[in-house]
Amino acid sequence: MKADKFRTVIIYIIIILLGLVCLLPLLNIVAISFSSSAAVEGNMVGLIPVGFSTAAYEKILEDSQFWHSFLISVERVVLTLIINFVLIVLMAYPLSKTNAQFRGRNIYANLMIFAMLFNGGMIPTFLLVKSYGLLNTVWALVLPGAVPIFNVILVMNFFAAVPKELEEAAFIDGANPLQVLTKIFIPISKPVLATVSLFSIVGSWNDFYSGLIYMSKATYYPLMTYIQSLQINVEDLIKQGNLSAVVDSASLGNTNLNAAKIVVAVIPLLLIYPLLQRYFVSGIVVGSVKG
Amino acid sequence: MKNQVKKSHANQAYQLYYHGMMLPGFIFLILFNFVPMFGVIMAFQDYRPAKGFFGSDFVGLKHFKYLFEMPDSFELFRNTLIIALGKIVFTTIMSIAFAILLNEVKNRTLKKSVQTVVYLPHFLSWVVLALVVKNLFSVDGSINAMLGTSLNWLGSNSLFQPLLILTDTWKEFGYGSIVYLAAITSIDSTLYEAASIDGATWWKKVWHVTLPGIRTTIVLMAVMNLGNILNAGFDQVYNLYSASVYATGDILDTYVYRVGLQGLQYSFGTAVGLLKSVIAFVLMIGANKLAQKYTDSKIF
Repeated sequence: MKADKFRTVIIYIIIILLGLVCLLPLLNIVAISFSSSAAVEGNMVGLIPVGFSTAAYEKILEDSQFWHSFLISVERVVLTLIINFVLIVLMAYPLSKTNAQFRGRNIYANLMIFAMLFNGGMIPTFLLVKSYGLLNTVWALVLPGAVPIFNVILVMNFFAAVPKELEEAAFIDGANPLQVLTKIFIPISKPVLATVSLFSIVGSWNDFYSGLIYMSKATYYPLMTYIQSLQINVEDLIKQGNLSAVVDSASLGNTNLNAAKIVVAVIPLLLIYPLLQRYFVSGIVVGSVKG
Repeated sequence: MKNQVKKSHANQAYQLYYHGMMLPGFIFLILFNFVPMFGVIMAFQDYRPAKGFFGSDFVGLKHFKYLFEMPDSFELFRNTLIIALGKIVFTTIMSIAFAILLNEVKNRTLKKSVQTVVYLPHFLSWVVLALVVKNLFSVDGSINAMLGTSLNWLGSNSLFQPLLILTDTWKEFGYGSIVYLAAITSIDSTLYEAASIDGATWWKKVWHVTLPGIRTTIVLMAVMNLGNILNAGFDQVYNLYSASVYATGDILDTYVYRVGLQGLQYSFGTAVGLLKSVIAFVLMIGANKLAQKYTDSKIF
């Protein structure tokens, strides 16, 4: 019995330590963002701001490119969310039928699985997006990921488990498949649809890669690409012999500014995190361990 | 009889609806997934933007030959495999261990709070976390201060791979544990009671009840990860690496981006990407077969 208690205490300590290991580095960044740059450069900031200052945040307020990029990110998230949602439900419904109910279903499904597992790669995709005339437009951030195949499969599995009687009753009443989808399947599938919608939002807000590949100028960058482009790598600059840039980045002392930027960039995610937590657990469990 | 005729008529009409519902999505898939697949022809050409896909000269396997003769190739594949495998192994072990320990926590408030915190890094972009990592692991950062060292984690070839594996495990173990936690909670509790009656210690129960109980999930996840063995994580590496750690930090994806896309060696970059895609595809198909064989469930 005593050994039991001892073990429980040890387990609680380990669990709390692991929680802190995840939390403290993030709190440290928040503290840095509210500290004076002198304190930050002197490595004096732990979990509480030293020389409390909102100077970094005031600088961000004046940074028009930051807010421009912020708006581009908002725009791409809204467009991605709408397009993903519409395409996911439209495709998941017929795919949830058997091949006898929807002749050709297996051909579509196999093509989609193939597209999920194999891709043309970075360069052919870039050249095609370019040839479609989408470079430097918000559509290059949205359309290449218009159909998130894994999420279609997730919703398809959910639809397939909806009791058949509901649908049959509606068909007898003369409803067509589109009406059955919007009146029965969508309302009944709220948890899984919330999950995939949140995945769309998080994925597109966090993505810096599309901006890096498809945008040639900083004015077109979404927020994450913009923030990434600011992380000047001093070592690379030295290798390039660009010493004046090295001096610039050192004298700016911009660690706390960068910290403030990522804090602002993460706030939208923190706002939806409670929702995320409510749905993603069921979402990924449904998706990954189905029998 | 009349009813049946009516039903099959209706069914006929439904077919049109079904195809119509697939159409918009498939237009996007064709434009952005299938057409680029034909673009891999570039790997067998000397692609010149001015001449395009149809006008560029075919050169056979030239780029693949060059890739295999190039001294950096071995390094690239080795780095990619070590980093990807390291992440898979460590994240899996940490996720399972964390799930087992968390399952022992009966205090709901503590459990919920810890879960909230450990799932969070998964939802943050590497752009954001790179700053966190650079801050912690800089020469005068907190990690070195705690260890009493002044190691150059981000700039040294011997430390960069461990850094990538460690920080990715940190980011993903919480989220990774969700699946295992779900599997553990679905284990029949009478098995634990029986083990207790037999006098089994906690370790024995973990070893003989919990782990066998989540065996299927472990195998399934391991097999799924097999398909990711060449995905060492572009986002993480790109945000953390620098020229001084190319020898151990450069992976296939960053190489294709830097040399192929930025260096305008379109055909060569495509060849490297194609080789990676083909290997990954074969691995995924094999993994799915394995999953079917050992767990009676398939991934797709």
